[in-house]
This record gives sequence, structure tokens and C-alpha cells, in this order.
Amino acid sequence: MVTLSNVYKTFNKGTINEKKALDGINLQLNEGDFVTVIGGNGAGKSTMLNMIAGVYPIDAGKILVNQINISRKEEYQRAIHIGRVFQDPMMGTAAGMEIQENLSLAYRRGQKRGLSWGVTKSEKVLYHEKLKMLGLGLENRMSSKVGLLSGGQRQALTLLMATLVEPKLLLLDEHTAALDPKTAKTVLDLTEKLVSESKLTTLMVTHNMKDALRLGNRLIMMHEGKIIYDVSGEEKQKLQVSDLLKKFEEASHGSFANDRMLLA
Amino acid sequence: MNGLLVSLEGAISQGVLWGIMVLGVYITYKLLNIADLTVDGSFALGGCVCATLIVSGQMNPILALFIATLAGLLAGAITGFLHTIFEIPAILAGILTQIALWSINLRIMGKSNVPLLKVDTIFSKVVNFLGMKQMHVTLILGVLIVLAIIAILYWFFGTEIGSVLRATGNNENMIRALGVNTKKSKMVALMLSNGLVALSGGIVAQSQKYADIGMGTGAIVIGLAAIVIGDVIFRKVRNFAGILTSAVVGSVVYFVIRALVLRLGMNANDMKLFSAVFVALALCIPVLIRKYKQRRDYSEGGEKNGNTI
Repeated sequence: MVTLSNVYKTFNKGTINEKKALDGINLQLNEGDFVTVIGGNGAGKSTMLNMIAGVYPIDAGKILVNQINISRKEEYQRAIHIGRVFQDPMMGTAAGMEIQENLSLAYRRGQKRGLSWGVTKSEKVLYHEKLKMLGLGLENRMSSKVGLLSGGQRQALTLLMATLVEPKLLLLDEHTAALDPKTAKTVLDLTEKLVSESKLTTLMVTHNMKDALRLGNRLIMMHEGKIIYDVSGEEKQKLQVSDLLKKFEEASHGSFANDRMLLA
Repeated sequence: MNGLLVSLEGAISQGVLWGIMVLGVYITYKLLNIADLTVDGSFALGGCVCATLIVSGQMNPILALFIATLAGLLAGAITGFLHTIFEIPAILAGILTQIALWSINLRIMGKSNVPLLKVDTIFSKVVNFLGMKQMHVTLILGVLIVLAIIAILYWFFGTEIGSVLRATGNNENMIRALGVNTKKSKMVALMLSNGLVALSGGIVAQSQKYADIGMGTGAIVIGLAAIVIGDVIFRKVRNFAGILTSAVVGSVVYFVIRALVLRLGMNANDMKLFSAVFVALALCIPVLIRKYKQRRDYSEGGEKNGNTI
């Protein structure tokens, strides 16, 4: 279970560029919730994910994972709870290292690392099996450098890495936005599969409203650092893209028409 | 002709012993993407500590090398501390430590150089034991030490901690998201690197039979030159042990070229200029080639050369 209570964050405080990024966020994720997060540019979607992951410290409030307060922990200390996939396919993998080495780094997420061998034989068997599941043929290229893979392959690998050790929370930050439509679909299908298999508690930011509606059991909409809409279950199932657009209109008093969300 | 062979053998030995320093530079420059200028200071530090301990402390030369290495680890830790905790850019942090080490090295020696003429060194011990010529001993012992270090590094960078260091150089964000304190891993890399550099300084001091306050000046440039040369010669090598070996071979080639140039009558004082120009060229050429190719492949009509990005 993940709880955000009264989380505030302002960037560049006291300067002309001051930006209230999170304005009193309250959110409770139940075990196994798959939540899609939508909202215009600068609504605070990515900021919220980054705050949970610990990329920046928050100004006020609390973030709890399974009753443990992680608000003041460093990013690397929070990693034991959290798996992440980023928008940029380059961000989630080490290009100069082998596929199996990348997996072995992820296999030890949050664990103490010592002087035992980096990739053991029994791990390789496991990785082979897991890679096979992706259906991209990567299981036959385990000692290839990740830099040789395409963006979609790298993103699929990152997804596998993020879930290799079951995380208490999976953060997906527009992880298909940089991919072509066909690849995006593959990665999204994989996401659905991995999340539902282990019933992972997931927050997925997306700019694609259809995806936001199709995936997950719950949807939240953000605007100017606040959660303005939170819908789940049957109510979410019935939701249409047009309903979401209307919500946006209401929240942003018409300025929404310029937003790139419209294209989705 | 004999003179040439002797000077070549000397240059090869020198290249091998300095090669340990190059391995240290390789760790920061290639694996961690940090240009660490501590090296000039920590190389001299290794020599100074080693010579002072042997002469004034009458210490066993092997033990003295061990302590010189520890001193190097400490120097790296200071740079690491300035860089990771106080977020000073790595280059500046290295320069600060390097400058500080100049004074510290003078303090350690109490003067600007310490000769090692009538004391035991690791080389003289082997010479006495085997009865071989000092020159051959330097080369053979040097090669054995370097091979041992390459083996240790090969093992280390295959371990969990070693993989983390490589990943830190590769993609810091990613490895932090996987639960690694990257400040710590950079610290470890800087320490390991400067430990090797100081060890090299200590061994070089023992082989040349003196330590000098200026012995590390320009070491970083030599290190970079050696790495670049190694890269060019062993372009196809992918194996990590092979890559490490190529750095040492690069060092040997550098010292051989240097010996030849000096033999051809170049003033020794111009050597640093020569090294700097060499490294600058080595770094410029790949950029020039890339720019040239971009220009050449451009065509207004499109697809003339059939090259796509």
C-alpha cells in the first residue's frame, strides 16, 4: 500500500521562475491498484512520480510505502521498494554493458552488493527464461551490449528489469511516449501482462487517453499540481475520451484546447 | 646499435611500470567518465612516500609500496569527497587535491628529492637473489606485477561491486534507480584509481632510484596518451582483460616513441609539448573525421550516397 499525504513541492522558490509543481497531493493506492495518470503539460504527473522515487526531496508531506515513511530517504534507498521505467529508452539501461549484466544489476535492486561474481550461472538460466517471455529473441543475445538494441527493445528490457524483483510499487513515466505506435503497443501489452501476472501496484503516466482508459482499474487526472479527478472500478470502465476532455475543459477553463493532449 | 637496444629496453620497462598508472587513469577516464587530475599529485605522492619510508624509515621496499598505495587511496578519497559530497566538478576537485599534494609531498620528503642509492629496492633484492642485470629484472618484474594487477582488476570488475562501478560510468540514473549510492561508487573508483597511480609512482621511484617532487608532472597526459594509443592499436579487442592490456601496451609504445624521439635529438624539455600535442591530436582526429563524413554524406538532392542515419 502506498500513501501520499499533503505532499507539496515548489521549484525555484523565491525566484521569478517559481513553480508550484505539487500542491497538496493526497493519494492512497491499494494493493494491486493499476492507476493511469493523465493531465496536461506541467500538471505535475512526472513530478509526482519523481517525488515518490526520490529524485528530488519534497517540501512538505509524507510518502509511505507499506507503512514505512520514505519521504526523507535518498533515491537509492527507496529503490528497494520501487521499480521504474522512464520515458527515454536510454535512461533505464546501461548501453555499454551486456543484456545479462543489466539484468544482474536489476536482480540485486536494493540489495547489498559484494565481491561475489556479478552474473552467476543459475541467474543466466533465469534471465534466459524471462527474456524468452518478451518474444523479442533477446534470449539468444544475452551477451550483446544493450547499446545495440532498438529503443523498443531497450524499453521492454527496462520493464523486465523493473519487475525482475517484484517491486511494491511500479512507476511508469510515459514509458511508451518515445516509441513508434507499433512498438508502443508491444511494450504496452507487455506492461499489461507483467503487471497483471504479479498484480503489481502501478502508477502509469501517459499522454494517450485511450491507453489511460483501456489499462488499469483506476484513473487520476492532474492539473496544476493537484489531483482533480480520481475514478475507479465500474465508473472508470464506462468512461469515454469525450468525458475526459470535458473534465479537462472544466479544470483549465478552456485553455486546454492548445494542449497536446488533444492529439491523443 | 647496442645503445639503441639498451635505450629501447629501458623505455619498455618504463612503459610497463608507468602502465600501472595508466590502468588507474583508465578506471576514472574510461570506466567512470571522469577526468581526474589528482593523478599528477598522487603519482608523486606514491614516489615520495615510498622513498621516504625506505630511506628515513628503513622500511622493507614491498611494505613501503603497500603504504604508498594506501596514501594514494587517501588522495583519491579526498578528491572523491570534494566531488561527491560537496558537488565540486571532478576536474576542479582533482586540481585542488593535486595542488595540495605538491606541498604535502614536499613536507613528506623534507626536500625536493630523495635518492635511493644505497638502499634496498624490490628490484635490487631480485638482482641480488638471481644475479641478473638490473635492466632485465626491471622489465621482468614489471611485467609480472602488471599482469597480476590486470588479473585482479579483471576479477574485480566482474564482481557485483565492480559491475556497479561500470554501471555508474555508463548510466548513473539507472543504477541509482536500482538502489546504488552512486556517490559511494564514484568514491571507490577514485580511490582505486589513485591507489594504483601511487603504487606506480612508488615502483617507478624504486626503479629510477630516486623520488622527485616533479616526477608526477604531466602524468595524466601520459596516461591519456597511452590509453588513446592502446585504443588505436587494439581497436577490435572487446574482452576486458584485453582492453586493460591494451592500455599498458599503449604506455609502452608511448615511452618507446619518446625514447626514439629523444634519441633523434629532440630536446628533453620539449617532451611535454610533444605529449600535449600528441594527445590533443588524438582527441581531435575522431571529431574531424566525423565532421568530414557528415559533410561528405550530405547531398542537396537527397539519397545520392544512399546514406541514412
